[in-house]
Amino acid sequence: MLFNIALKNLLGAKLRTILNVFVTAFSFFIILLMMGMYDGMLQHAKNVTIDTEIAGGAYWHPEYDPLDPMSYEDAHSNLPQDIQLLVDKNKAFPVLVSQVSIYPGGRIMPAILKGIPPDQNIVNMPTQALEGINDGIIPVLIGKGMAKNSKLEVGDSFTIRWMDADQTYDADEGTVVYIMDTENFKLDMGHIWVPLNVAQSMLEMKEEATYVTYAKGLSEDVNSGEWISRDVNYLVQDMEAIIEADKPGAQIMFMILLALAGMGIFNAQVLSIFRRGKEIGTLMALGMTRSRVVGLFTLEGGLNAVLATIMMVILFGPILWYFGSEGIPLPIDYSEMGLIMAKRLIPVYSIGLIGSTMSLVSIIVLIVSYIPSRKITHMKPTDALRGKAIA
Amino acid sequence: MEKTVVSITNLLKQFPVGGDFFTALKDVNLKLNEGGFLGLVGPSGSGKTTLLNIIGGLDSPTQGDVHVLGHSMDNTSHNERARLRRKYMGFIFQSYNLLPVYTVFENVELPLILNNIDPNEREKLVSEAIEAVGLSHRRNARPTTLSGGESQRTAIARAIVHKPALILADEPTANLDAENSHHIMKILVELNKELTSSFVFATHDEKIMGYLKRIVYLEDGQIIKDETIK
Repeated sequence: MLFNIALKNLLGAKLRTILNVFVTAFSFFIILLMMGMYDGMLQHAKNVTIDTEIAGGAYWHPEYDPLDPMSYEDAHSNLPQDIQLLVDKNKAFPVLVSQVSIYPGGRIMPAILKGIPPDQNIVNMPTQALEGINDGIIPVLIGKGMAKNSKLEVGDSFTIRWMDADQTYDADEGTVVYIMDTENFKLDMGHIWVPLNVAQSMLEMKEEATYVTYAKGLSEDVNSGEWISRDVNYLVQDMEAIIEADKPGAQIMFMILLALAGMGIFNAQVLSIFRRGKEIGTLMALGMTRSRVVGLFTLEGGLNAVLATIMMVILFGPILWYFGSEGIPLPIDYSEMGLIMAKRLIPVYSIGLIGSTMSLVSIIVLIVSYIPSRKITHMKPTDALRGKAIA
Repeated sequence: MEKTVVSITNLLKQFPVGGDFFTALKDVNLKLNEGGFLGLVGPSGSGKTTLLNIIGGLDSPTQGDVHVLGHSMDNTSHNERARLRRKYMGFIFQSYNLLPVYTVFENVELPLILNNIDPNEREKLVSEAIEAVGLSHRRNARPTTLSGGESQRTAIARAIVHKPALILADEPTANLDAENSHHIMKILVELNKELTSSFVFATHDEKIMGYLKRIVYLEDGQIIKDETIK
């Protein structure tokens, strides 16, 4: 009974209802879009990292710590037998890592040199650009960001200085053969990539490597010896931590939007009770108990959320769908800020996100509908009939 | 023996005003039997609406006994009074108090919805009530499109649709012209004859005095004259 009356009241109020419902629907939309973008950013960063860097996981030399360049000096050895077998079967590829200094345009820049097999096809990197260059130069692959910072272009040569396995400094000329456009700043910023055999020769570390990256879906039982197995979850945790650090910002925005939706409904409810005092009095005179009148007004507020959901689907659903399929172009390059961001950010709307957003907003709407409606319980029917609604 | 619908003994009603009290009703004693057609008549501020509200359980007495339809109104809870109004009373207001978003039919249907009457039965009862006040052709109209007379007839239909034992009307003709006032009163007299309902009016409208069976005159919150019209 209350539902029918509440629905009738709501639909009968036409413009007032449309405005309230629109504000709530818009808040739904922005919340979903914002949270979808956040989830999309997280997922995209994960996907890009897996696609271009991690693949199925890695085995690390026991001394290797990617966050401590000083560890690179000792983080190299021949591969354990089982890992070597994986490499031989093209299910994994080794990477040799070393600290170097480069001198582009006469300036000195610290860099990380990584030797990678040019013919690998396990990660999505244009390493084949390093293939077949044997005219005495060190072919170098760099990213766009590195190229910009070092002012290097394809064909430019620069001096690379390194310390080999015998603790002896050596230097040679490297030539940029390709500049890759990657969303993964970890492959780009401060990195120079050379063929693995060239790196091994430069560093005098024949057949040695620092870590091995293996293909996705690898099911073989590998005895990695002293080398440490690092799975995808471990390898993405730093990146997740960076994005997680941004979460409070997203949560503040979420709370602001939620408050906006809540205030809209709260305001509408207060105004409604203030303006509809006579109606409340009439309902009481007709025999509706105060608690039922409170229930009716709360239900009207709650139905706002339901109508807002419907309006959101009809009005903003296509926009969400469009952004979800086409993405949202980002105006600036975030790679320099240490974030893995797509050029077009594609929001991800999971069932969990939609469900939790709808539930949370609905609960908030019900609460803000109930709070002003409670005033009715203190209202005298005779005052209400005279339009003296709020005590 | 006639059944007593309203019985009031030594009623006192005071409202707090600042640190003092304003006495709205004093020493009111009144009995109304089933089928009565009583007018509470008096100037503004004489206490007629307050008395009507107390009879309807919308307000509580400060002192005295008020029994309506066998229930003591001073000892009943808000919810019990709401139940009494829902089941056994009908209200007619000076400014009609129709719900603006509902049609005539829906406004009249409301008391039946509140009484959980079956939809088919509702349809029948609402149609009868609307017909009784001559508004069948306006059943789908919204209150904003109705004239004053039509609005008041809708309010009457709403008050009688569930065939209550007691109908309370607060200045039902105050906003109407003479022709509509007479029309409304004729309808109410007719309904009083057809139904066994008792009617109590609060009014100071001279035009309707001739329709009343009994007139109780109030002044400064006290009954000064109780006159039965032959």
